[in-house]
Amino acid sequence: MESIGVLMTCPLHDPYLVEQLEKRFTLFKFHSIPDKAHFLNSNKASIRAVVGSASAGADAKLIHQLPNLEIVSSFSVGLDKIDLAKCRERGIRVTNTPDVLTDDVADLAIGLMLAVLRRLCQSDRYVRSGQWKRGEYKLTTKFTGKSVGIIGLGRIGLAIAKRAEAFSCPISYHTRAEKSDVKYKYYPSVVELAANCQILVVACALTEETRHIINREVINALGPKGVLINIGRGPHVDEPELVSALVEGRLGGAGLDVFQDEPNVPEELFGLENVVLLPHVGSGTMETRKEMADLVVGNLEAHFLNKPLLTPVL
Amino acid sequence: MGVNNTDSDKTQEEEQKDLPKVVLFRPPPAFSLIGEESFASNKFHFLKTYDSQLPLDQFLSTHSHSIKAILSSGNAPVNADILQLLPEVGVVVTTSAGLNQIDIPECRRRGIKIANAGYVYSADVADMAVGLLIDVLRKVSASDRYVRQGLWAAKGNYPLGSKLSGKRAGIVGLGNIGYEVAKRLEAFGCFVSYNSRKKKPNVSYPFYHDVCELAANCDALIICCGLSDETRHMINKQVLSALGKEGVIVNIGRGAIIDEKEMVRCLMQGEIAGAGLDVFENEPNVPKEFFAMDNVVLSPHRAVFTPESLKDLSQLVVGNLEAFLSNKPLLSEYVDSE
Repeated sequence: MESIGVLMTCPLHDPYLVEQLEKRFTLFKFHSIPDKAHFLNSNKASIRAVVGSASAGADAKLIHQLPNLEIVSSFSVGLDKIDLAKCRERGIRVTNTPDVLTDDVADLAIGLMLAVLRRLCQSDRYVRSGQWKRGEYKLTTKFTGKSVGIIGLGRIGLAIAKRAEAFSCPISYHTRAEKSDVKYKYYPSVVELAANCQILVVACALTEETRHIINREVINALGPKGVLINIGRGPHVDEPELVSALVEGRLGGAGLDVFQDEPNVPEELFGLENVVLLPHVGSGTMETRKEMADLVVGNLEAHFLNKPLLTPVL
Repeated sequence: MGVNNTDSDKTQEEEQKDLPKVVLFRPPPAFSLIGEESFASNKFHFLKTYDSQLPLDQFLSTHSHSIKAILSSGNAPVNADILQLLPEVGVVVTTSAGLNQIDIPECRRRGIKIANAGYVYSADVADMAVGLLIDVLRKVSASDRYVRQGLWAAKGNYPLGSKLSGKRAGIVGLGNIGYEVAKRLEAFGCFVSYNSRKKKPNVSYPFYHDVCELAANCDALIICCGLSDETRHMINKQVLSALGKEGVIVNIGRGAIIDEKEMVRCLMQGEIAGAGLDVFENEPNVPKEFFAMDNVVLSPHRAVFTPESLKDLSQLVVGNLEAFLSNKPLLSEYVDSE
């Protein structure tokens, strides 16, 4: 299989994934190629697979430039960087990495809730600065019992609900259609959900419909005591609106793992105590990244050996 | 008002003077955090030694006949010398969950009851323990710092953390707080085991009689017990060594349960992987070595300071004092458990 060209479109720093791909295929790292147009022209014939991630995948333009592309294997569960319609049209297979990262992302969502409400990062900064003096106390907000509203009740949304329930948090949710087999309270709109919960979590896929699902109206409904947690995608949120709401105190706090234009984060947020800012680490553990890499490689191998794909989307 | 008095010329101040007194040696943190008014009652009157110019023993002798109770807090010890000066005291109520600042044997000897914060803090402290654990394993505070310094854009991705789900969590002390921690961690897919003075009936978690053995068989050690003579420096070189290079420790009990110097050394040498600490041996002094470490998360002993819990606490404190003064059972009496 060494002659099969695999184009990695994302600036992945995952050494294990790179190593496993290089063992089996001819790997091209698109991100580090200076003249991409020239490269594609010269190598398009040999490229039969693309490996993408949350940061870059395969858009219509790229797919058009790769006449022999057979499969796109994403190092993510999210598919927003892949033009699925184009893949469907061309008969290109698509795989992702579901399930293996569910626990990590859900763990981090709760970790963000605790960090924001209990001001863990701010506390850590305070102690590190050497400013802790006897007799200085500060209140933070209790997490147990707070109502949690989840947008998107897929694998990740359900895993978040299960964890939050252990903290006696009443759970409510919004999805396109109410789920019959679920005991949580359903709200037919995101605004209503936001108005009726204290912590709102974005846990749905990014699509045309869910872009800017967190807008000014939702933020205002969540309110000055409400907290937004985003472990979905940056474009789920109207970021300038979010920033102004936080700066003005119209929103109580936010825990954000994703941003509109990663790795750039609005600097207005850097001085705020009521936000926690993470560099897109939802699935960022040694254990999970290895499992994800194994799935990416496993899917590619299965395809080129004419075996059933492990985790096909298309 | 609660005073039986037919003399209607008495001022409110004089009426208050007739009420049984509750003495305080230091203001509890809750007074400044949620206001003293939350602790007011028409059944007793607070007498604050810290508001008086008199030397302590003189102040106490002057008022000893009317002081029926002591309101203690973590920063206000109750020792034999103090109890000696207050022969009328029948109860010590503390705003803390911990009791290490109270001379319990001396209280027992004098027939003095003790009431602590009971379960009002348990959820908050358990939440803090879980928050610190996730933070250490997933590098939440460290990567938040990284982002705020503009390094994500400048230097690229932050190093990978470690998965919480599926980890073995060893709880030291399975009291109410330890139990609340266990319950939460189970929902994350952790495997819980514990060490306690004695095995608990009706608990299905594996029990380790020896804390070293617990450490050797878990990935994360969570200190949830109280500080006593037995538990002082219980987490020592052997225990930390048993926990090992990949192990992390979280402490929401008392700083002195861990041999802090040894823990610092282990962290510096990479003999344990990380720590999440809300308590320290000599607060507010924290070993400076921690400040350069990205694998520790530091909190200034504020696990219980939420308005929700402090409100519950104030009701419990008032309830305990009023119950005692009307000869009713205490709401959260501390009884030596096995």
